[in-house]
Amino acid sequence: MTFRAQRLLVLGVLVFAAAPACRKKQPESAPTPVSNNTPPETCDQRCRDSIAAADAKRRQDSIAAATAAATEARNRAAAAMRATLGEKVFFDYDQSMLTDESRLALDRKLPILRANAALRLRISGHCDERGSDEYNIALGQRRAAAVKRYLMDQGIDAGRLDIVSFGEEQPAVQGGTEDAFAQNRRAEFEITAGGENLTAPR
Amino acid sequence: MRFSTVRVLCLTIVMCGAARGARAQDTTFKQGVQLTLRYAPGTRPGIVVLPISGPHGDSLRAILQRDFDYGDRITIIPTDLPTVAAAAASDGLTINYPLFAKLGAAGLVQVTWSSDAVARVAVHNVSQQKVERTQDFPLAGDPNGEGGAQEWRLSVHAMADELESWITAVRGIAATRILYSSGGRIWQIDSDGANSTPLSGAAMAMSPSWHPRGSHVAYSAMGGTGNWQVILREAGGATRSLSATPGGQNITPVFSPDGTTLVYSHARESGNDLYAVNPFMPDAVRKITVGRGSDNMSPTFSPDGRQLAFTTNRTGRPEVYISDADGTNAELLTSFGGDQSYNSNPDWSPDGRAIAYQSQVAGRFQVITIGLRDRSPKRLTSDGINEDPSWAPDSRHIVFTSNRAGTPQLFVLDVESGRTRQLTHSAVKVRTGDWSLHLKR
Repeated sequence: MTFRAQRLLVLGVLVFAAAPACRKKQPESAPTPVSNNTPPETCDQRCRDSIAAADAKRRQDSIAAATAAATEARNRAAAAMRATLGEKVFFDYDQSMLTDESRLALDRKLPILRANAALRLRISGHCDERGSDEYNIALGQRRAAAVKRYLMDQGIDAGRLDIVSFGEEQPAVQGGTEDAFAQNRRAEFEITAGGENLTAPR
Repeated sequence: MRFSTVRVLCLTIVMCGAARGARAQDTTFKQGVQLTLRYAPGTRPGIVVLPISGPHGDSLRAILQRDFDYGDRITIIPTDLPTVAAAAASDGLTINYPLFAKLGAAGLVQVTWSSDAVARVAVHNVSQQKVERTQDFPLAGDPNGEGGAQEWRLSVHAMADELESWITAVRGIAATRILYSSGGRIWQIDSDGANSTPLSGAAMAMSPSWHPRGSHVAYSAMGGTGNWQVILREAGGATRSLSATPGGQNITPVFSPDGTTLVYSHARESGNDLYAVNPFMPDAVRKITVGRGSDNMSPTFSPDGRQLAFTTNRTGRPEVYISDADGTNAELLTSFGGDQSYNSNPDWSPDGRAIAYQSQVAGRFQVITIGLRDRSPKRLTSDGINEDPSWAPDSRHIVFTSNRAGTPQLFVLDVESGRTRQLTHSAVKVRTGDWSLHLKR
């Protein structure tokens, strides 16, 4: 699961730059190739066949290119949606209350969750290393529960949201600095179902 | 009582001398040490363990000496000095008591073999120049056997504990083991640092806890679904997960002193409460705390089973509370005040007098004990980050996690003298230690 989460993150980073551009782009429809190869007067059957074959090939290539472009655009859009779903939210020290910034990050997930009813998320709560190991398992649970409650309040069905707590067991960043602590006090999101054919929100 | 004449003599000497002042600041002076002579530091009687014959004599002697040393109530007089070696070389019939007396020995431990697996132990009172007590100790297991070596060592530790009670009137703590978590597994280790053995497979497991008779171990582990479960493990190795409150989070289990109740922390979604259940028969689960969304965890029983101490953030910050075992009459035990206050992971001493816990001091956890009579906290550690204290059955030693030597490991502290030794030496982080009661007598 960690590995999946990491992969999601990496994908997210890779695609993020391209994301705003491709979200606006409509999938290109395959253009109908028009042949301007009018056969010359002297063209015999062999000659005409050859021209027709060339036209057919050109048409096929064009359709393939358009399909590939459409698939790529769809993949890019799906990756961008997955990145948005996987965007982490962060917490203050020993707190499970959502910050304004966390709410904005959760709001960005809402249209995708609404457009894809089969989507299920696992929300995992994490803590920095300063607290007690045992207390942090409960704190991580409270963080994940706070995220779940917010999404439910926005109309997402509770059955689509599982929560777990890793306490301080899986830090995102190693180290004992304030910055590392801040990055480790987080909730992460893993798509557990319905992530294959994501529909873009309208 | 057995060495009453000597005690009168030695008490006088110790009380008058500077020895008492040399003891650690957090000492409560206890009478009852019998064999001290003037050469012994503090109130620790000097003991010579005479060389032991037979194929396992050397290892038996080494274990006894180490156990006495780790008990911190006896001073082992080394016999590698030529004079001691000469005195110790006597055949047991002609013991040179005056020479041992000069070396500071109050007593001698002499082990011979009654049969192959039965050690005959005589404890000599040096000042009275006589054998004070003799007993045969059958040693279980086989020092060379694959599985029998652990059992043999435990028998030797139990013998050391008994001898320590002859000499000091307080039973030793050698025949005990400490549970801990490391690398996601639960482990056990002998009190002297030998035989570290994994008890669970690789998973995310922590907070192990002994059944009072050593027959079971309970711990929390993350299951395949991502939920934390309480796992019960029998001594033989069979495990099952506790199903009293399925789903959600089930952590920090602890047995009651009579062994019939398991108290643990459960959260369905948000807010952990303590629950009690009999883990050995179908039983209705009882909710103990009413947290109303706060977290309540890390329980510990008073030795009479009537009260609990636990961590709760019901007033905002994590603090240690005490309540009756049914959750009523909860009151704040710790209070260092302020928004930065963080007190957690209590462990009730087996004599019932104190609770050890961890408290953040300048952002770092330190081990603190608080006396239940006067409620005055005493800080025991300062070097590095120190957490997860657990008392030994003598209510004098504490095992805890510390990063003072790098990667967090378990250390054992003698609360009276301040003497500390490192218990585990693992390449990876070691934590949440739990010290057993006596596993063999």
